[in-house]
Amino acid sequence: MKTDISVRIVFFTVALASIAILFMIMVFLFMEGLPIFKRVTLFEFMFGKYWYPTSSPPDFGIFPLILASIAVTLVSAMISVPLGVMTAIYLAELAHKRVAEIIKPIVELLAALPSVVIGFFGMVVVAPFLQNAFGVSTGLNLFNAALMLSFMSVPTICSLSEDAIYSVPTALKEGSLALGATHWETLLRVILPASISGISMAIILGMSRAIGETMVVLMVAGGAAMIPTSLMDPVRPMPASIAAEMAEASFRGDHYHALFATGIVLFLFTLMFNIVADQIAHKYRQTGEASL
Amino acid sequence: MAETHILTNNQSGMQPVQIHASEKKINTLESSFNRVHGRRKRIQQVLFMLFRTAAIINGMGLFMVVFFIAWNGWEAVTWEFLTQAPTDSMTKGGILPCIVGTLCLGIGAIFVALPIGIASAVYLNEYARPGKVLRVIRLGINNLAGVPSVVFGLFGLAFFVTWMGMGESILAGVLTLGALTLPVIIGSTEEALKAVPNTYREASLALGATKWQTIHQVVLPAALPGILTGAILGLSRAAGETAPIMFTAAVFFTPTLPTSPFSKIMALPYHIYVLATAGTNIEATRPLQYGTSLVLIALVLGMNLVAIVWRARLRKKIK
Repeated sequence: MKTDISVRIVFFTVALASIAILFMIMVFLFMEGLPIFKRVTLFEFMFGKYWYPTSSPPDFGIFPLILASIAVTLVSAMISVPLGVMTAIYLAELAHKRVAEIIKPIVELLAALPSVVIGFFGMVVVAPFLQNAFGVSTGLNLFNAALMLSFMSVPTICSLSEDAIYSVPTALKEGSLALGATHWETLLRVILPASISGISMAIILGMSRAIGETMVVLMVAGGAAMIPTSLMDPVRPMPASIAAEMAEASFRGDHYHALFATGIVLFLFTLMFNIVADQIAHKYRQTGEASL
Repeated sequence: MAETHILTNNQSGMQPVQIHASEKKINTLESSFNRVHGRRKRIQQVLFMLFRTAAIINGMGLFMVVFFIAWNGWEAVTWEFLTQAPTDSMTKGGILPCIVGTLCLGIGAIFVALPIGIASAVYLNEYARPGKVLRVIRLGINNLAGVPSVVFGLFGLAFFVTWMGMGESILAGVLTLGALTLPVIIGSTEEALKAVPNTYREASLALGATKWQTIHQVVLPAALPGILTGAILGLSRAAGETAPIMFTAAVFFTPTLPTSPFSKIMALPYHIYVLATAGTNIEATRPLQYGTSLVLIALVLGMNLVAIVWRARLRKKIK
C-alpha cells in the first residue's frame, strides 16, 4: 500500500512536467524580453510603425510584424477553413469506409510534412508561378505564405472537425431524415449546428498553428517589415523576424531583447487561441441530445 | 335520408367531376414536389461534389509536394550523397553529417520525452480523477502543444544554452526538442492506455494485485505497441523541426561528425533552409536542396507510414 501511494505521487509529479515547462517558457521569455522596455515603452513597441533594429538609432516597433502575422493567418484561414471542414464532412458523412481509410492517412501525412519542405516548395514552385501569373515583382509574398500555411493548418482543422461531426448523436440525424429532410439538409441544418463548437475549436487551433508557424513564413513571406497593403506585398510576420534576426543580434543587446519581447507577443497570441479553444471545448461539450 | 342524398349526388354526376379536379390537383402537387425534390437533389449533388473536391485537393496537395521533390531529387540521391560530407564550401558532396545529426537529435528527443510522457499519460489515464487538478494539467498540455516552434527555440536559447551553460550543442537541441514532442507522446500514450480493455485491469485487481502491479505488469505491456507507435510519430516530428534547433544546436557547417553531447551539429531541415536561402550559390546547389529534401521527406513520411500502418493493425486487433 505504501509503495502504491509513493508511486502515485511520483506519477503526479511527472505529470506536472508539462505545466512546469510551460511556466519555464514564460519565465525565460519574460526574463530575456522585458529589458527592452527600458529602451522603449510598451505602446511604442506594440504600435510603432517602424522595425529597423539595426540602424542607429534603432526603431523597435513591431506593429508591421503583428499586422503581417494576423494578415497571413486570416488569409490562410480563408483557404484552409472551407477546405478542412468540407474534407471533414466528406470523410465523416459521405465517403465509403474504404475511401476514408485511404484519405485519412493522407491527411495525417500532410500534417507530418516538415515545414521546411513546404517552405522550400513555396520558394521553388509557387513563387515563380505567382510572379508569372500575376506579374508581381516578387512571388515571395503574403499570398504565397498564406497558401503554404493553409497546407499546415488543414490537417488540424480537418481531423478535429471530423471528430466533432462523428460525435453528433445518430438519433438526431435519423430524426431529421425521418422527417423527410434530404441528406444535405440534415447535414447543414442538424449535424453542422450540433457540432459547431467542435468545429470552431478546430478552426481556432488551426489558426493558432498557422500564426506560430515559422519556417514557411521565414522562407516564402518575402521579409519586408512594412504594413501590407495588398495580397501580393512581401511581409515579415513575427516568427520570421525572430528566426531570421536572432543569429545576427548581439547577445543581450537591445535587438536580442526586442526579439524575445516579440516572442512574448507571439506566445501570448497562441496562448489566447488555445485557452479560447479549451473554453469552447468545455463549455459546449456535447454529451447527448439533451445538451442541445 | 343521408344515403339517398349521396346517391342522388352520385347520380347527378358531381362526383366524377370532383374526382377529376382532385386528380389534377394531385398532379400539380406531384409535379411541384418533383420539381422541388429535383432541386433538392441537384443541390445535394453539387454540395457533395464540393466536399469530394475538397478532399481531393487535400490529397493532391500532398501528392504534388512529394512528387515534385522526388522528381527533382532522385537523381541527386546517390550512395556518395548519403555517405559523404559536404565539400567545396557546401556546393558539392553529400549530407552524411546532416543525416547523423538529425538522427541524433530525433532519437535523443525521444529518450527525453518518452519516460516523462508515458508517466504523465499513466497518471492522467489511470490515477487522476476528474476535477480541477486534471483540468489544469490538461490545459497545460494543450497549451504546450500549441506553443510556436520558434518560441521553443527562444526558450532553448535562454534556458539550456545560456542559463544552464550548455552552449549550442546536441544536448541543448535534444532537450528543446524533447519539450516540444512531449505533448505528442502524452497524447498517443493516452490513446494506447484507453484502448486497453477495463476487464484486464479488473481481472488483475481481482487476483489481488495492487494498482501499481496492475499498471506495471498488465496495462503497460498491453499498451506497449501503441506507445511505441506514438514514439515513432514523436521521433518524426522532432526530426522535421527546424526553428527549435536553429539557435540551440544546428550550425551551417561542421567538418566532423559529432563526438560528444556538447558538439554542434548539422541537421537535414536546417541544411535545406541554409542552402535554399543563404548558401553561397543558391541556384548551383538546387540539386543538393532537392536531394536533401527528398531524404528528409523519405525519413519523416516513412516513419509516419510505419506508425500509421502499425496502429491500424492494432486497432483491428482490439476490435
